[in-house]
Amino acid sequence: MIIAEGKPLVEVAGLIKDAKKVLVVGCGGCVTVCLAGGEKETGILAAELRLLRKKEGNPLETVEVTLTRQCDPEYVEMLNKYVTDDVDVIVSLACGVGVQFLAERYNKWVVPALNTKFAGGTVAHGVWEERCGLCGECILYKTGGICPIIRCSKSILNGPCGGSQGGKCEVNPETPCAWQLIYDRMQALGKLELLMEIQPPKDWSKSRDGGPRKVVREDVTIDG
Amino acid sequence: MADFEPKIIAFCCFYCAYSAADLAGSMRLQYPANIRVIEMPCSGKTDIRVLLEAFEDGADGVYVLGCMEGDCHFLKGNFRAKRRVREAKKILDEIGIGGERLEMYNLSAAMGPRFAEIAREFTDHIRKLGPSPVKLKPGTATEKAPTGQ
Amino acid sequence: MVESKIAKILSKGQFLVSGEIGPPKHADPSEIKKHATLLKDYVDAMNLTDNQTAIVRLSSIAAGVHVLQAGGEPIIQMTVRDRNRIAIQSDLLGAYSLGMRNILCLSGDHQSFGNHPTAKNVHDVDSLQLIRIVKDLRDEKKFACGEEIKGQEPRFFIGAAANPFADPFEFRVMRLEKKINAGADFIQTQCIFDMERFERFMALVRERGLHKRAKIIAGVTPLKSARAAKYMQQSVAGMIVPDEIINRLEKASDPKAEGVAICVEQIKHLRTIEGVAGVHIMAVMWEDIIPTIVKEAGLYPRPKVE
Repeated sequence: MIIAEGKPLVEVAGLIKDAKKVLVVGCGGCVTVCLAGGEKETGILAAELRLLRKKEGNPLETVEVTLTRQCDPEYVEMLNKYVTDDVDVIVSLACGVGVQFLAERYNKWVVPALNTKFAGGTVAHGVWEERCGLCGECILYKTGGICPIIRCSKSILNGPCGGSQGGKCEVNPETPCAWQLIYDRMQALGKLELLMEIQPPKDWSKSRDGGPRKVVREDVTIDG
Repeated sequence: MADFEPKIIAFCCFYCAYSAADLAGSMRLQYPANIRVIEMPCSGKTDIRVLLEAFEDGADGVYVLGCMEGDCHFLKGNFRAKRRVREAKKILDEIGIGGERLEMYNLSAAMGPRFAEIAREFTDHIRKLGPSPVKLKPGTATEKAPTGQ
Repeated sequence: MVESKIAKILSKGQFLVSGEIGPPKHADPSEIKKHATLLKDYVDAMNLTDNQTAIVRLSSIAAGVHVLQAGGEPIIQMTVRDRNRIAIQSDLLGAYSLGMRNILCLSGDHQSFGNHPTAKNVHDVDSLQLIRIVKDLRDEKKFACGEEIKGQEPRFFIGAAANPFADPFEFRVMRLEKKINAGADFIQTQCIFDMERFERFMALVRERGLHKRAKIIAGVTPLKSARAAKYMQQSVAGMIVPDEIINRLEKASDPKAEGVAICVEQIKHLRTIEGVAGVHIMAVMWEDIIPTIVKEAGLYPRPKVE
């Protein structure tokens, strides 16, 4: 899932400082699961903002709505009845995708309440870790199911570098060296010799490159 | 400030503090009338949002009462409450209301006197702090926002 | 045609001595020129570091020009941290046009260690892929994209780094082999303090015959004080400094002289290890000491090359 975390309250408050009424929009997708932008967090953020503004003697009206997903137009549409003329700002608790979908749909000032962090998973309750670099061309079959693109601090494809010691990365002693993990796993699977193959430079054009990437599935598109 | 009577909300766990409050009553123990007791199924149910909304709605102080550590009816609810209170205190500091207006205490159903003692202590504490900064500002009308889809 | 001076020395089986100069954090080349002039008769070549520890310094290629002008032989270090494959190849063409003939291909220290920790790193290619790119430019006359070079190709003597002290130990030799397979002609190792581990490493190297396929230059670093040794032991990733060395420096009445003595002993020992083709003296912030070490190690005068 996409992992996000809340921006500092003062930052969000600063983004809506001139607003009298804001629409605070949560998302029922990834950010609900990672406890950053679901219905609960939406309620807390709205309460925080109201309380802060009340203390400043400049009360704020909030309307809270949590959509099933903010990254699908049919769910975004459900916001229509709440986007009234007197709404000054829409605060989105979705990832960067949701914020943009709201901004594309409504002629309103839309601000993000979260920082979108990475594609990852839950490693312990309340702890999420990055796993995928979204590089567009998966090579996990070459590295025993451990991604060096995102888990090696230098994205080395022919690792490990000289900074790997005691199984840890030189950049952060808390971080396991991805290439130590790859080595251990390949050895355990009896496939160490695969690591002797020189991996050529990666085709980064499939990754972040020239504008937004697009996936089109002809079999499921609906002709206009 | 001497005649300031704080409005205090006490979120009380059903299994301990709520019974302790009953006991304090039947023992005819005196405690300040400033306390508004709200029954919770568990202190762990006390979400950050309700703590913040209590202040929004005019509380000068808020506290959460949960079971003694290790005695939670739901095993860990009081530990969860402890963490939530800690987090909410940070938010109150950030907003400028002051985290010291929010506390958590642990007690058991048999501790009627302790219930009364906490009520007295906390009321004195809030009385010293004075009214919540939220209440001192104009435009205090609370606008309830609709929720849900 | 071999154009590199160190390639010629190594091909004759002569024991190579190289040094290292860290370019300054400003635009005045006088220190580089001074060190190059001082070292040129005592070392066969000098490494010019490429923004070492991710701290902005005068460019390694520009520093190499100053070394050439002073009569020294530069080894240009190139990291993949700051350049993509376009910039790398462009700089390689430029460096060759300016007279550079040796390159050391590196990953580069992570930017979080340097003075611009919020910079974005590149890592378009890794150090191994860089070796292959330099080799293909030279031997295939082809750019990384496969396009032919119509005109003079850059003909570098290709170096790579090896760290026998990083983990996983067994894979270190395999990765060295991978670098040689990719096209490395010579290898400079991380500075060696743990001689026992290096001996084990070299035994594995000989087992695989790697010393016959590439020239292995052993890295040494003279230590000025016990404090410097402790710093290396505790704070430099991928480095093993035995307590014995720290003890010797602590007990010495003149720690600097003791540091030199230790370094000379290490060089003399390294010369006895089969497969070690030379030493690379990394005297960080202490370049002036290199002539003394070279003389005391019995490696002076250096061979003359036509």
